[in-house]
Amino acid sequence: MEERKILSGDEAVAYGARACGVSLGCGYPGTPSTEILETLAAIGGRAEWSPNEKVALEVGAGAAIGGGRAIVTMKHVGLNVAADPLFTLTYMGVNGGLVIVSADDPGMASSQNEQDNRNYAKFARLPMLEPSDSQECYDLAIRAFEISEQFKMPVLFRMTTRVCHSRGPVTLSRKTEERRIGHYVRDVATKVMIPAFAKKATVRLTKTMHDLADFNENENSLRAVYGNASSETGIITSGAAFQHVMEAAPDARILKLSMTWPLPMDAIRSFAKSVKRILTVEEGSTFLEEACLTAGIPVERRDEVFGFGELNAGRVKKLLAGDVSADPAGAPGRPPALCPGCPHRKTFQVLHDLGLTVSGDIGCYTLGVLPPYEAIDCSICMGASIGAGLGLRKVLPESEARKVVSVIGDSTFLHSGLTGIAEMVYNKPETGHVVIILDNSTTAMTGLQEHAATGYHLDGSPSPAIRLEEICRAMGADHVDVIDQGDEEAFRTLLESRLAANDASVIIARRPCILQMKKMAKRAGKKV
Amino acid sequence: MGKDIVNVLFAGLGGQGIIRASDMLTEAAFRLGYDVKKSELHGMSQRGGSVSSDVRFGKKVWSPMIPWGEADYLVAVSEDQEAVCRPFLAPDAVILRPSMLDPKDAASRMLNIAMLGLLNRYLKFEDGLWETLIRENFKGEVAEANVQAYHRGTLVKI
Repeated sequence: MEERKILSGDEAVAYGARACGVSLGCGYPGTPSTEILETLAAIGGRAEWSPNEKVALEVGAGAAIGGGRAIVTMKHVGLNVAADPLFTLTYMGVNGGLVIVSADDPGMASSQNEQDNRNYAKFARLPMLEPSDSQECYDLAIRAFEISEQFKMPVLFRMTTRVCHSRGPVTLSRKTEERRIGHYVRDVATKVMIPAFAKKATVRLTKTMHDLADFNENENSLRAVYGNASSETGIITSGAAFQHVMEAAPDARILKLSMTWPLPMDAIRSFAKSVKRILTVEEGSTFLEEACLTAGIPVERRDEVFGFGELNAGRVKKLLAGDVSADPAGAPGRPPALCPGCPHRKTFQVLHDLGLTVSGDIGCYTLGVLPPYEAIDCSICMGASIGAGLGLRKVLPESEARKVVSVIGDSTFLHSGLTGIAEMVYNKPETGHVVIILDNSTTAMTGLQEHAATGYHLDGSPSPAIRLEEICRAMGADHVDVIDQGDEEAFRTLLESRLAANDASVIIARRPCILQMKKMAKRAGKKV
Repeated sequence: MGKDIVNVLFAGLGGQGIIRASDMLTEAAFRLGYDVKKSELHGMSQRGGSVSSDVRFGKKVWSPMIPWGEADYLVAVSEDQEAVCRPFLAPDAVILRPSMLDPKDAASRMLNIAMLGLLNRYLKFEDGLWETLIRENFKGEVAEANVQAYHRGTLVKI
């Protein structure tokens, strides 16, 4: 009998991938994508945290070249990191199914920007599916593997926060396949992208995208028309926006698309002709609107006020009415803060007291920007603290340059901090530099995920643990000190002496996250 | 509950069990055969910030988010979140506050479950269903203590 249960979108994707006998899931933690791989491991799939999204996609690519089925998960900004392999992988194609999940965060519930990754499908040229609720996450994950193998192409699976983190009933319709074992077939003309082969590959990719567009035109199950057949208003929509449209305008005529690249332009054109007024409702950029206008379909232009933040039923009503007034707003909510007892608190107190210029990074410790510490001066993206700190040191007068430090977490350091250390050692500023690794022994911000230095895999099994101090010493830092974050005075003294020197210094301020300590205690208890 | 869709908004702070309580209501509505959707924002909630969760159930639910002005119930597990949620409340919304409970429950870690008991004064689901869900969510003595907290919530005068 078919099982039916309440699942989040993330969980439903994992169930869909598992049903397809996915050989491997890999990715880097990032809200709102993190629960996909955690669920995959929990339901018996093989899932791994990679050091970063680029490595994850490369591992997934290798698995798919080898005929396995792979799912690679990340938040939207992670796809920037993985963009390098992505843009050539589409030239190469795959043998086994490869599904790349991009979890976008319109409204920035927990992100530094709200980039719309649908644009990657057009830019890198690959098919894209967009689920709108948990049931579709399951169904379309299965379709994604089918399409990937039918066209030998990676598939971009674009989710958003409201799809990832909403829960609803899911019918698990498909019997779970055995985990797929790969089979390697050598094919250098499609798998080695030297220019001679790549020139042929780009022509082949152009044809594949035409084939995919034809497929989407003819595949009625990848779109649906809802609402009132006699309505004069037509809405083209996809993803979470579709659910809001059904709530806000049930009497309109609604074309809902599940595969949003390449688009079924003929189907859209004939839908547009059936109504007097035609417009797109989409979250983020004007992806559908621009595609329609390019194809000569006269959709209304959206006011740019709807290009920021999440949509909801109320905003969709306003969009349809051309109402650009301010949205109703309640009192501001309470912002998050570093936990009581967080080991980073003492470190930020010292940075604050010394009046330093702090180049920050992505993690819990970004909250050090808030009162009472106010001890972060810039924060760009994963790993940027070191490079940006070095850049500051190189242009500021000596007295100011000497006050610059970079702070980066342990997981972020392994994600993209190592090359920053190489830069510091190789192109050392005249005043030297100080990198502080805030090592709380976990990926805390996204909910305590393991990484290559924690000693455990995603599934909780033991692993080798990379030692951060040994990496920094091997790379040639002049000083590498490991200090307990709990010892504020010792940290202050050490930091002052390193700031005074013209050396490339790393201070590893170590103490487990207080939430991680509970997890460690539980783990220790289990072993007894 | 004469409406097509019932909208329950949970609001509180990280660590108060907002997600757990709203998950339990979602599961309860599901087992009663309703269509149900739940939405939450919890990216940074472990850090003590505001957390809210929307639960919507009825014959057919589309958007997982409660529209402005349509929340029938606000379960304000932290009372200071009421003002934050104001735009979402229906004009006749029922607001449930910890101060309506026994002070011992209002100060306890089982506050979220006691609030579910209070909410059920209005929803009128079977007590046995809630007891089952509580025992699925907690173990041993903790489960039994939560069952008691739930029942005390159901006894509040409204």
